[in-house]
Amino acid sequence: MSISIQSIHKTFGNYIALDDISLEVPNGSLTALLGPSGSGKTTLLRIVAGLEFANPGSGRILFHGEDVSEVPAGKRGVGFVFQHYALFKHMTVAQNITFGLDVMPHSRRPKRAEIRERVADLLRLVKLDGLEKRCPHELSGGQRQRVALARALAIRPKVLLLDEPFGALDAQVRKELRRWLRQFHDEIGLTTLFVTHDQEEALELADQVVVMRNARIEQTGTPQDIYDEPRTAFVYEFLGEVNKLPDGRYIRPHEIELKFAAEEGVDVIGRVNHLFVAGPFARVSVVPEQGPRRELEVWATREQVDEMALANGDVIGLRFAPVKAGK
Amino acid sequence: MRPVTTESAPVRWLLISLAVLTLVLFLLLPLLAVFVEAFRRGAEVFFASLHEEAALSAVRLTLIAAAVAVPLNTLFGLAAAWLVTKFRFRGRALLVSLIDLPFAVSPVIAGLVWVLLFGARGWFGPWLAAHDFKIIFALPGIIVATVFVTFPFVARELIPLMEAQGSDQEQAAVTLGARGWQIFRRVTLPNIKWGLLYGVLLCNARAMGEFGAVSVVSGHIRGKTNTLPLHIEVLYNEYQFSAAFACATLLALLALVTLGLKSAVEHFTHHQAARHK
Repeated sequence: MSISIQSIHKTFGNYIALDDISLEVPNGSLTALLGPSGSGKTTLLRIVAGLEFANPGSGRILFHGEDVSEVPAGKRGVGFVFQHYALFKHMTVAQNITFGLDVMPHSRRPKRAEIRERVADLLRLVKLDGLEKRCPHELSGGQRQRVALARALAIRPKVLLLDEPFGALDAQVRKELRRWLRQFHDEIGLTTLFVTHDQEEALELADQVVVMRNARIEQTGTPQDIYDEPRTAFVYEFLGEVNKLPDGRYIRPHEIELKFAAEEGVDVIGRVNHLFVAGPFARVSVVPEQGPRRELEVWATREQVDEMALANGDVIGLRFAPVKAGK
Repeated sequence: MRPVTTESAPVRWLLISLAVLTLVLFLLLPLLAVFVEAFRRGAEVFFASLHEEAALSAVRLTLIAAAVAVPLNTLFGLAAAWLVTKFRFRGRALLVSLIDLPFAVSPVIAGLVWVLLFGARGWFGPWLAAHDFKIIFALPGIIVATVFVTFPFVARELIPLMEAQGSDQEQAAVTLGARGWQIFRRVTLPNIKWGLLYGVLLCNARAMGEFGAVSVVSGHIRGKTNTLPLHIEVLYNEYQFSAAFACATLLALLALVTLGLKSAVEHFTHHQAARHK
């Protein structure tokens, strides 16, 4: 089920939340809406879900070519996972999952046996077998999130929407669930749209990343594309560490080479003012001797640092590897 | 070492003593006095006072007023809380203030407005007289005054509770295809049940104990338009002290039962909150 977002405009009073947004989400893809708070990404997700509506007459949402702009959320066939799970606190895991089926009109509702089977399948899918009778308060954050996912999937939605799905979890759990979500998506192939402010998460998970800022889309593309060829300064700075050179050019920390000050081909000479070594990698902050005293961040291997016997206060040279022109 | 935020032992004992003294003086002693005075002329007089025709009629009237006011205001409170907390609309703040109006107004005024509206010389007086329908100095007036005065209790209890719970669960229910009534019954109601019960308890206690507003609209017609609180006043003014206190014990018992149930609800709310952390 592909999603086509066409010219969506949304204001709250005088505040523009979405400024004429158009976007295509291909069938079966995992697309990330990436941006800082206030960029409009969550509003866009909620409009796709039907929890909010665009300004009257402003645009359309199409699911597989069908106009669902006026269709209420309950009838759109979307599965929505909230940032804080929104599990029904007074129901068990099983009751949470079957909720969407329990409220179906009798004519559409599957038989009791089939419902039970679906719950068992879903629990196995999200690796929570055996936890049917638990209540949400007895589960960890990661488990609750997976119950929320199972609950959304129980109604066999056409589209899966996730609002900062891992935002409320510990870093370790987040990493594990990220990996799990990618595998899960590959397994079931459901068109998925998720919102995040974590660029690492978007780059690692998505087939297509949509960078948003101030109610507009800055750039859309594969993670590789937008990282290698950022089209605006904002995208450059938002996607990972970047250094801004005095002449306006951008350069990534791993594109700078460490050299001895007297070597050939050195672009800038500077003094090391911070050295951080962790495992096989090192992060070196260098303040140029000439020109603006803005710190440059360099990523090197531990070997290089050891070879040069680098320490705080040393004077070294930096060479810039071929650089992409930024705006 | 005692925790940093407590006081030293002497100060603690002083504060506790002050609190206990206040409790005893203003709560326990009066309560005790009611029961002592009620039985001063013996158990026979006590039970006779309660069986007296006018007393029974007063109890009946109080029960009727509560039986109408409590369900009505519960329905209203649920509807108002649902509206105010799940939707954003113009005039929302005004509605919330209006709900609090009966609290801000003196009970006497709360009764007087109905006399001004429905009394013989009131705005609708002539119309009511023409249709031979009495509100003031009759049962309908007492019910109206009681409903007005207990209006905010359930709403005030539910609004902050539902506000704090947010609407995430309801939104989730919407995306799963549930319709309005289903969402209310399956998602919202179970989450607010203790707050609702609490509000109903308070609403009932006030409905049964209201004096000022009902006094103005009732006309004090013995055996006809006296609720229990009014009847107690009538007895007291006629120097029938023991009878007055005997009837007062009924209200005192109501207070004790309300407090007991209230504590039970608080215990369960605490229990529920702790579980859902």
